[in-house]
Amino acid sequence: MIWNPNKECMSREQMHALQSKRLQKLVTYVYHNVPFYRNKMQAMDIAPEDIKSIDDIVKLPFTTKQDLRDNYPYGLQAAPPSEIVRVHASSGTTGNPTIVGYTRKDLAVWSEVMARCLTAYGVTRDDTFSVSYGYGLFTGGLGAHYGVENLGATVIPTSTGNTEKHIRLIRDLKISGIACTPSYALYLAETLEKMGLKREDISLRIGAFGAEPWTENMRKEIEARLGLKAYNLYGLSEIMGPGVSYECSEQNGSHISEDHFYPEIINPETLEQLPYGEQGELVFTTLTKEGMPLLRYRTKDLCTLMDGECACGRTSVRMGRIVGRSDDMLIIRGINVFPSQVESVILEMQEFEPQYMLVVDRANNLDTLQVQVEVRCDYFSDDIGRMLELKKRLADRLKSVLSIGADVKLMEPGSIERSQGKGKHVIDKRVLK
Amino acid sequence: MTIKQLSVFLENKTGRINDVTSTLGKHGINMHAFSMAETTDFGILRLIVSDVERAVEVLRAENFAVMLTDVVCIQCDNQAGALSAILEHLSEKDIFIEYMYAFADGAKANVVIRPNNISSCVATIKECNCTILSTFK
Repeated sequence: MIWNPNKECMSREQMHALQSKRLQKLVTYVYHNVPFYRNKMQAMDIAPEDIKSIDDIVKLPFTTKQDLRDNYPYGLQAAPPSEIVRVHASSGTTGNPTIVGYTRKDLAVWSEVMARCLTAYGVTRDDTFSVSYGYGLFTGGLGAHYGVENLGATVIPTSTGNTEKHIRLIRDLKISGIACTPSYALYLAETLEKMGLKREDISLRIGAFGAEPWTENMRKEIEARLGLKAYNLYGLSEIMGPGVSYECSEQNGSHISEDHFYPEIINPETLEQLPYGEQGELVFTTLTKEGMPLLRYRTKDLCTLMDGECACGRTSVRMGRIVGRSDDMLIIRGINVFPSQVESVILEMQEFEPQYMLVVDRANNLDTLQVQVEVRCDYFSDDIGRMLELKKRLADRLKSVLSIGADVKLMEPGSIERSQGKGKHVIDKRVLK
Repeated sequence: MTIKQLSVFLENKTGRINDVTSTLGKHGINMHAFSMAETTDFGILRLIVSDVERAVEVLRAENFAVMLTDVVCIQCDNQAGALSAILEHLSEKDIFIEYMYAFADGAKANVVIRPNNISSCVATIKECNCTILSTFK
């Protein structure tokens, strides 16, 4: 099913024309309402009239997370305070949080794009849907919530926490869909099993997972343990929140609602725009946003963009799986390491629980990487030789994938801290100068 | 003629062995023998207890990775050369011992053996001058 065939299946020519018109309007709007952009554009000697089509976007300045922090709290807001009806804030672990104000129209667009996502996953008015992202300043909870309501399904605002109660609700209310982080989905599966229940005891059929990078193996694991079909849901609070892009039944990339969010891939070093198919940093321009519109916002998410009509009928550009973030990338002994690489190795080996922690440290001026993994109860052996062999097998596999050696530490099941929000997978003890 | 030994996977962490022993103590399960095998980052605690089924249940409830292993427990005289005579027999029959642990008290010594081949180990030991225990008192 397609929620808005008019936009989602628009011809490329029509989309180009629509995006061009919207970009011109946006640039004029921010030029006159956001001093930050006006100053930047003047310094680059660009006027709104220089933007004649969407292809001229490359002339425009970029925006970074640091720009948002520097202009805390409302420096990048374009709409007057009287027009702002809601504010969200990102979880700023360092420095100022990012404040995003939404106008009434922004919220309507958000519910619209979320409904497109849910419809693509197969959610209908007959579904009962649990929104298990955190409600509050984080965009996940409320963003998904209003999308479910807009679609007309029944929303159960479970938020996070109290997982056993949540599972009882899933069973008793016959909840058929759920939105949460993939690591919380695994935690749910674990709790379900701990409560002595089986996937047959619940009727979840659709999962919308996002807010953190995940892998194909993690998808298989979640699907097998919860008995549902798992779809990717992508978004970020700076641009809107969940609903920026979504998988369809083909699951060959995530369709971007590009009538609202214009995507580009750039080389993060040279900042040059890259052609479709090349991997680089994802950049978004909010074509229709009123509250806090952003030009060429650098997401730090690394992926590829794909064009061409999808078998589902949608014509929109798709983004590939996020292969990492420039800011979760670890440099260990000069080698780039993504936690997702370690995750894919661990999920390939059934002897381990799908939980892990990377501990990076520095001993004698040499970086060390320890990978902590939990041995599944069923694979624990009384034979030390077999346990050491298991440890070596994982170490060898990691070495071939990461190109650096890692010290594997076998842990007891359940001993690595479970997170209910974004999974924390790295402890970096190195003192950075 | 074999005894079910309890094996518990443990991280090398101060107090972790006591987490096992206190759980067992709390549920009134007595330990007859135990040994700890350790590597640099984990260890395997092997125990013979009064109620093995219940021990598995209570330890699993506390999230311990637990498994059962068949071992042969024998009692021989506590005197020089007694164990050696038995082990010689086993090696003649090509029975490999993965691990064993023992303690002696008074006139008798108790030995727990984990062989690679349980049935031939039992058969071989039957020919020796010692008792095979099917339970610990």
